[in-house]
Amino acid sequence: MTAVADHAVADNGVEVSFDTSPERYRHWRLSVDGRVATLTLAVDPEGGLVPGYELKMNSYDLGVDIELYDAVQRLRFEHPQVAAVVVTGGLDRMFCAGANIRMLAQSSHAWKVNFCKFTNETRNGMEDATASSGQTYVAALNGTAAGGGYELALACDEIVLVDDGSSAVSLPEVPLLGVLPGTGGLTRVVDKRHVRRDRADVFATKSDGIKGRTAVEWGLVDASVPRARFAEEVGARAQAAVARSSRPQDATGVPLTPLARVVDGDEIRYPHVAAVLDRAGRRVEITVQAPTQAPPADAAGVHALGVDYWPLAVARALDDLVLRLRTNEPALGTWVLRTVGDADLVLAHDDQLIALADDWFVNEVRHYLKRTFKRLDVTSRSLVALVEPGSAFAGSLLELALAADRQYMLDGVFEDVDPDAEPAVLVVGAANAGLFPMGNGLTRLQSRFYGDDRALAAVLARSGERLDAAAAAALGLATMTPDDIDWADEIRIALEERAALSPDALTGMEANHRFVGPETIETKIFGRLTAWQNWIFLRPNASGPEGALRRYGSGLRAEFDQFRV
Amino acid sequence: MTTTDDRIGSAPEPTGPVSRIDYSERIPNNVQLSTDRRLQRALESWQPKFLDWWKNLGPALPTKDVYLRTAVAVGRDGWAVYDFVPMHEYRWGIFLAEGDPDRSVNFGRHKGEKAWQTVPGEYRAELQRLIVVQGDTEPASVEQQRHLGATAPSLYDLRNLFQVNVEEGRHLWAMVYLLQAHFGREGREEAEELLKRNSGDFDNPRILGAFNEDTTDWLQFFMFTYFTDRDGKYQLGTLKESGFDPLARTCEFMLKEEAHHMFVGTTGVQRTVERTAQVMVEHDTEDVLPYGAIPLSTIQKYLNFQFSVSMDLFGSELSSNAATYYTAGIKGRWAETRRKDDHVLLGATREMTKVVDGRFVTETVPLLNALNLDLRDEYRADCENGVRRWNQALEEAGLPHRLTLPHEGFNRKVGAYSAVHVSPEGEILDDATWAAKVDSWLPSAQDRADVAALMQPTYEQGAFAGWIAPPSQGINEMGVEFDYVRFWKQDNAS
Repeated sequence: MTAVADHAVADNGVEVSFDTSPERYRHWRLSVDGRVATLTLAVDPEGGLVPGYELKMNSYDLGVDIELYDAVQRLRFEHPQVAAVVVTGGLDRMFCAGANIRMLAQSSHAWKVNFCKFTNETRNGMEDATASSGQTYVAALNGTAAGGGYELALACDEIVLVDDGSSAVSLPEVPLLGVLPGTGGLTRVVDKRHVRRDRADVFATKSDGIKGRTAVEWGLVDASVPRARFAEEVGARAQAAVARSSRPQDATGVPLTPLARVVDGDEIRYPHVAAVLDRAGRRVEITVQAPTQAPPADAAGVHALGVDYWPLAVARALDDLVLRLRTNEPALGTWVLRTVGDADLVLAHDDQLIALADDWFVNEVRHYLKRTFKRLDVTSRSLVALVEPGSAFAGSLLELALAADRQYMLDGVFEDVDPDAEPAVLVVGAANAGLFPMGNGLTRLQSRFYGDDRALAAVLARSGERLDAAAAAALGLATMTPDDIDWADEIRIALEERAALSPDALTGMEANHRFVGPETIETKIFGRLTAWQNWIFLRPNASGPEGALRRYGSGLRAEFDQFRV
Repeated sequence: MTTTDDRIGSAPEPTGPVSRIDYSERIPNNVQLSTDRRLQRALESWQPKFLDWWKNLGPALPTKDVYLRTAVAVGRDGWAVYDFVPMHEYRWGIFLAEGDPDRSVNFGRHKGEKAWQTVPGEYRAELQRLIVVQGDTEPASVEQQRHLGATAPSLYDLRNLFQVNVEEGRHLWAMVYLLQAHFGREGREEAEELLKRNSGDFDNPRILGAFNEDTTDWLQFFMFTYFTDRDGKYQLGTLKESGFDPLARTCEFMLKEEAHHMFVGTTGVQRTVERTAQVMVEHDTEDVLPYGAIPLSTIQKYLNFQFSVSMDLFGSELSSNAATYYTAGIKGRWAETRRKDDHVLLGATREMTKVVDGRFVTETVPLLNALNLDLRDEYRADCENGVRRWNQALEEAGLPHRLTLPHEGFNRKVGAYSAVHVSPEGEILDDATWAAKVDSWLPSAQDRADVAALMQPTYEQGAFAGWIAPPSQGINEMGVEFDYVRFWKQDNAS
């Protein structure tokens, strides 16, 4: 049973669902031929998620990208034999024109930012498929790839551009729209494809882009071939990727069946995950349930469970919940994270993820959990973990607490509720030592204790122990450990205080604190690129009544405030 | 005599004796090529490539020489000479219409500013794109028509075909000049690309779809010059208004030559209709094919086809590019300066028809975004004139039959009608009805084969193929029987 929540406050009152499957796609076609899959983009111009714009020239909106995300996920889980994925266009001479400009122009700032975040996560996911699963993406640009279209190609490992004298790759955002290419374009051109910075400068200011030989010479694409040899070139690259892939040839996929999600007023419930929307308090109370049974004895048992395998079920539920809350509930600014159940069973599942790491399916489950935790890291909500008696913050579920901005842990038990209960504990497990790295390449523990190796070593030395509040506080794993008498007030005041602060300042502050240490392509995209982009999006030169983004396509030229800031 | 103005360069005097172009130059021109060594070298290196292209993809029929018109000046007192010319020696030159040193930008946000003599940096990409797309169509039609000479219905028609071909070649030159003179290294690269793309080439097709279709026979050639070249006329008409003065003056001069192409189409279809009407009356039948003429129903199908694909060339009714070009002052409306409005169009609206839930509905849209539609409407009204003229021939023959332009939604692949099937009369049809009737509206393979079977070459002086009537007069007052195209003697040719 699914009911539409009556308080959804997304753009234009549209409540967004991320449920889809290949037979329902309107914009993408997924075909699988042996070890090579082909994803063909043929956007239905009338298929926009929100009224008010036509998706011409293979331009996309959130709805198009939801299908892409679904396809990328299914390729990993349902098609273990697929070792290469060709991404191509279904229109004549136009691969993809990028994000739809009218959609961007009519959208609220929050919608644009959330849209960019999701599309960035999907493209990072494509790169993760190659890096972690031996599933290589090859962009087959059968026509012009402009803006987001070229950024989609940049997320692939290899790019082949048709050489027909007119098809080009371009990032026209700066010259045409007065904004940045917001889906990693600037970053990947220099950081991933190593295009020289002066050439990158020319490229990103040249609205008509670069084609043919020059595009190859500059490193913008890997090959530029005539139409007659195009399929052959793409095919050869796909086959080469197949030859070096570790994907199994004869495994059976795990179908990603529809999520068993129940929306009941202000409650959203999945197997193992539940959320209560507290509109008055402007927060969401999220509870994750530990497994209730031991993991299956072997890989065959894991495969037999499929989507019901606990770590996968939790990843799917959390993933969906995070996406829905981000998109549909922008006003609920604090997420309170709890876990319940048997910590030992969580650790037993973690041990299995490690022991069966060579199994393709177990490997996929682990990386899906990793990507889901990463979504939390880049979510613009205050995350607060509450560690109470009966909770299960152990190993993989401890990552939820470590992803949070603060950890409150009850010292002792709730005397009035259950004086004989076991006091709340945290358990550091093997999973916390490297199974789920963040976007900066560090574990959440490494990030937490960045620059303090002794503190990190001390925590890892207690791996496997049930750490009570005193121990957790001493090790630096809990922000505050109030006792039974103070708990209720401390938590209430902390949450009320939080809700009173500027949401914008909180978003910026949290993003700065969450990502310490080294920069990676991912952190640059979510940090540097996104922050600049969001500033530019809000400036009159882009979004003012005379700004380039608002005026694009109206026939009016942008009037710029010429002061450099 | 030429006048030289610091700002607009030199141009022949507007009045007085014919201004002769200096033919000692390798490239005849009125753009002071001889004093611009950089440009001269660029164009001279391009010329051999152009000649290679002409030899490989220009007219395939070998001829000795052809009675051709060559542009030699731009003054009002005569701008062309007629003479026999071996085609590969045709002097493709560069001419800009006379300049007006006081010309200003006539529309858009720069309205009232002085017209630009150099490319404004902020519009480089847009201007270059417009010129490349326009330039790409010029050689395309030469390529499409290269085999037609083998089935010419007369020397007169063969000459007209070649005249159209050499002038399309010259139009290519005109666009190449702009690219070479005003767009730097990239412009030179684009100029070369214009020769690398070829009509119908799988690897390097021409930019616009209609220019990659074969021209299969002479009826289609006439329809092409009537309907598709007319699109070219309207596009040139909008560029003639450009605030970028060299482009405006180039296009203005090209329009003079384009008028002859329209003439070839109008009279070609008319003579075909005349002959058909004559046979219909003589044999009292509509089935004229056995008598060597083209049935009126087939002519109507060819008309339906060429009109509808040419309508597609105007692009989507609503276009942000068109709005941008207008506001930037680089592409105006047809007869811009004669329009009685503010020439800025902010807030102006117009009506447009679209299809919603299987019905035509009218919607009010911003005029700035609907400039493709504005131009298309002008074009369609102009197309009606030819149809009226052709119908006059039917009326004069005493026949009740009439040709008609199909509904604007018929057979469209681009724009507001592209998602539905519309009959020539303007009914919206389901897929099955369309499939059942399409062969009665568009030329079938059989229709094209029937027409092709009639296309027997007629190279004797003064003779005309049986499916087409002779023209009422010749070219340059030369008589219909004139030897317009001369072949090498048989013994030389073998």
